[in-house]
Amino acid sequence: MNASDSFDCATEEVRTTNTVATSRVIPIGNAAPPVLKQRGQREVFCGLTGIIWLHRKIQDAFFLVVGSRTCAHLIQSAAGVMIFAEPRFATAIIDERDLAGLSDANDELDRVVTRLLERRPDIKLLFLVGSCPSEVIKLDLSRAASRLSRQFDNSVRVLNYSGSGIETTFTQGEDACLASMVPPLPAASVDAPAALMVVGSLADVVEDQFARTFAALGLGPVSFFPPRRSTALPAVGPNTRYILAQPFLADTARALEERGATRIPAPFPLGVEGTTAWISAAAASFGISNATVLSVTKSARERAAAAVSRLRLKLEGKRIFFFPDSQLEIPIARFLSRELGMQLVEVGTPFLHRQHLEQELAMLPTETQLSEGQDVERQLDRCFASNPDIVVCGLGLANPLEARGLTTKWSIELVFTPIQGYEQAADLAELFARPLLRRQLLAA
Amino acid sequence: MQLTVWTYEGPPHVGAMRVATAMKDVHYVLHAPQGDTYADLLFTMIERRSARPPVTYTTFQARDLGSDTAELFKMAAREAYERFQPKAMLVGASCTAELIQDDPGGLALALNLPIPVVPLELPSYQKKENWGAAETFYQIVRKLAKPRAVPKEATAKPSCNILGPSALGFRHRDDVREITGLLERLGVTVNVVAPLGASPDDIARLSEADFNVVLYPEIGMQAASWLTKNFSQPSTKTIPLGMRATREFVAEVAALAKIDAAEFLNTAEADTARAPWYAKSVDSTYLTGKRVFVFGDATHAIAAARVAHEEMGFKVVGIGTYSREFAREIREASKRYDVEALITDDYLDVEAKVQELQPELVLGTQMERHIAKRLGIPCAVISAPVHVQDYPARYSPQMGFEGANVLFDTWVHPLMMGLEEHLLGMFRGDFEFHGESGPSHLGHATPAPLPSSEVAMAHAAAVEAEIAIATAQLVPPESFEVTAVPPPVKPSGPATWDAVAERELAKIPFFVRGKARRNTERYAAEHSIDLITLETLYDAKAHFAR
Ligand code: SF4
Repeated sequence: MNASDSFDCATEEVRTTNTVATSRVIPIGNAAPPVLKQRGQREVFCGLTGIIWLHRKIQDAFFLVVGSRTCAHLIQSAAGVMIFAEPRFATAIIDERDLAGLSDANDELDRVVTRLLERRPDIKLLFLVGSCPSEVIKLDLSRAASRLSRQFDNSVRVLNYSGSGIETTFTQGEDACLASMVPPLPAASVDAPAALMVVGSLADVVEDQFARTFAALGLGPVSFFPPRRSTALPAVGPNTRYILAQPFLADTARALEERGATRIPAPFPLGVEGTTAWISAAAASFGISNATVLSVTKSARERAAAAVSRLRLKLEGKRIFFFPDSQLEIPIARFLSRELGMQLVEVGTPFLHRQHLEQELAMLPTETQLSEGQDVERQLDRCFASNPDIVVCGLGLANPLEARGLTTKWSIELVFTPIQGYEQAADLAELFARPLLRRQLLAA
Repeated sequence: MQLTVWTYEGPPHVGAMRVATAMKDVHYVLHAPQGDTYADLLFTMIERRSARPPVTYTTFQARDLGSDTAELFKMAAREAYERFQPKAMLVGASCTAELIQDDPGGLALALNLPIPVVPLELPSYQKKENWGAAETFYQIVRKLAKPRAVPKEATAKPSCNILGPSALGFRHRDDVREITGLLERLGVTVNVVAPLGASPDDIARLSEADFNVVLYPEIGMQAASWLTKNFSQPSTKTIPLGMRATREFVAEVAALAKIDAAEFLNTAEADTARAPWYAKSVDSTYLTGKRVFVFGDATHAIAAARVAHEEMGFKVVGIGTYSREFAREIREASKRYDVEALITDDYLDVEAKVQELQPELVLGTQMERHIAKRLGIPCAVISAPVHVQDYPARYSPQMGFEGANVLFDTWVHPLMMGLEEHLLGMFRGDFEFHGESGPSHLGHATPAPLPSSEVAMAHAAAVEAEIAIATAQLVPPESFEVTAVPPPVKPSGPATWDAVAERELAKIPFFVRGKARRNTERYAAEHSIDLITLETLYDAKAHFAR
């Protein structure tokens, strides 16, 4: 079977054996840091991983991966342990018989979904999540989703997106998931008052903090997307102004704009500075002055700044190296460099969305070495050569790097931990201080 | 399509990785998308290996499909050879690459690398991890093993290979050390251990051994059969798990090595074999007839059932495996205990079975540990799939004489201590010291019933905790689980006591009196008895006695 023609074969980067040819330094603008692009082995999770936090966030949703044993094993392994008696995710494992003919695969999928929904009447939203195998055999999950939606008489909404590793990298799975939820959002009328939509999943505790701040500012109405329950989908329309809470939401942003929403450009709410700039951008868009923002956020800001400054003592001057993983690397690097005085050796990101990160990039030290995409072997060479004080990397690399004397921070923890907003600014810094402290303790 | 919540085994290429990672100077080039690199963490996080698995993934993307995925593979293989300089290369495809049919084997051969290349055909949509490991090891042996060059000297000591141990195995490292020591004390030289720690050169000289010791048939049997056929090396059949099996294993080895092991069995190991004496000691009386459910890979499940039955005096009430390849063996074993074998890789089936059987101890995998925890049944882990906890820092084999000691300790540990259980029997239902409070030597007591608002809060807190999933790799998983909170007991109006019964109650020592009163009243309530008589009191006592 050859599925070549089902994909857009953009060859923006040409991969050859020649090292010189595959390393390109691309300037991103005037006085902006150069971006190193290499192609080789990418040591990152695929978008299926997002299911681990998304199913906690949207509490009446079920995620059914249509994939292989590998996909099932990935989610199980990335989740680390079996936490839930019956989690709201599962894999429909494609087998030989399904590969024999596509009509069978569709029947099989219907059978699996029916059985699942009978077992779980609490499910209101079912995501059919595509994987590499389902993409390659061209199993049409969007047709399956509308067929199943009709079959369940709309008592369960069935949506689909792809978390496949051939199309998505780690957090892009959340982007694909949220983008699939945009078309079903109710339409806000053209004359509805301006409303703010915060886009990107945040821990509930962070969401509540932001909601309180916006309320104190008199800013509203405010909705959060994704919602905690799929039955409470926020409306969207030409008067919706959305602000991204996460840097990896390119497709979701595009889909919202197709529904008429406009983006409020802002840095991301990481660190004191980022949080203030983020809230201010939202406030400004609603005609609320910066002075008001500063007075409303004063105590939280000062508390956060004091907590962060204590950690600055531990982190200042320390050199940090980021392997690409979550796309949170650039905002976090900005925070660590500006508020904690850390030095950025290399900041890798799997994908650089220049527009959404415009302000972030402008805030980075000009000499920062950015890299986009990955050739893990050569990046490891650079990492060893530069001998940083701390390395941010995935779980597959962490212990081998520690064994070679480097200190590491698992990047996946940055995704699972509440790190946004004032109250979490010091927690975020702490995540980097702790491994350094630990190494010191054990060396003593 | 099979609906799967949790899987016992990964895909077959993960089995191949277990072999490649176990070996030295081998590199595996895997045609696979980027997400498949998750498999590295199994080795670096769960097993805490200090080096990355020797695996290069091509990590092709959608845009590569059809245009140059084959080219990508060739490039990855060439670069991997140049960078890692392995002495042999394994090449193959994961599930996705299998569908695009690039033929990694053919592509790699076309590169004319100056090292042996072993193409692996591992059908991902039919087979699983253990099969993949066995097939990979077999292909490596077939490709690299050479007939013996010089005949063995007549005076040389008997020698054997140890086959089957791999990376990410359940205590393989410690088992190898234990069995190697045992064989050497017996006077048998270990020629090669493979795949764990073997290089391609070691595989080449497998034929120099007189026979093979197959410790893990799931992984080593296929290669061992090939060696029997081609190099006339017999292999052992007994798995030295448990005291008796270890003794039989010694006898089997002695026969193959043509040595006399009687002396060894009588004396040499007597000191280290503490488990049989512990099992006989009076404290162990309470183990008698404990109902156990056994589930795991076939080798460990069969052996554990035997140890449970013959060496611990337990009653095996159920046995099963997720290894369909070994269904016959498990069925055979199940006849010995007069139970029906459960052959399934569906975790929900296993859970239903445990629920139905209500055993007093579960011997299973990490999956059963979770099932048992949820049902409040003690559990000990006996088999892969593994968790970070299955790699203890200390030496902790499962096989051989020391292994038998370890089995005794680990299986008894989750249970109540002997005397403790008697006291519980005496005070059953006492408010501080009751059957639900868990063994006193284990920290986690089941929480007492909470008022419903606190239940809600506890639940909310647990859900919060779940967000920090990533850290679970290093933290005992218990801290992330929602502990089942028993529903509050509904109080019902107590029955009245008649004077005789009341006087009888007064004769019961004060420290059990409250308990006796509550049990009797509960019995009365459950049997709709309004007036408690002497008769009721003793009926209740009989009812609550086991
Ligand atoms: S990369 Fe593809 S095949 Fe691998 S786990 Fe992710 S979706 Fe499944």
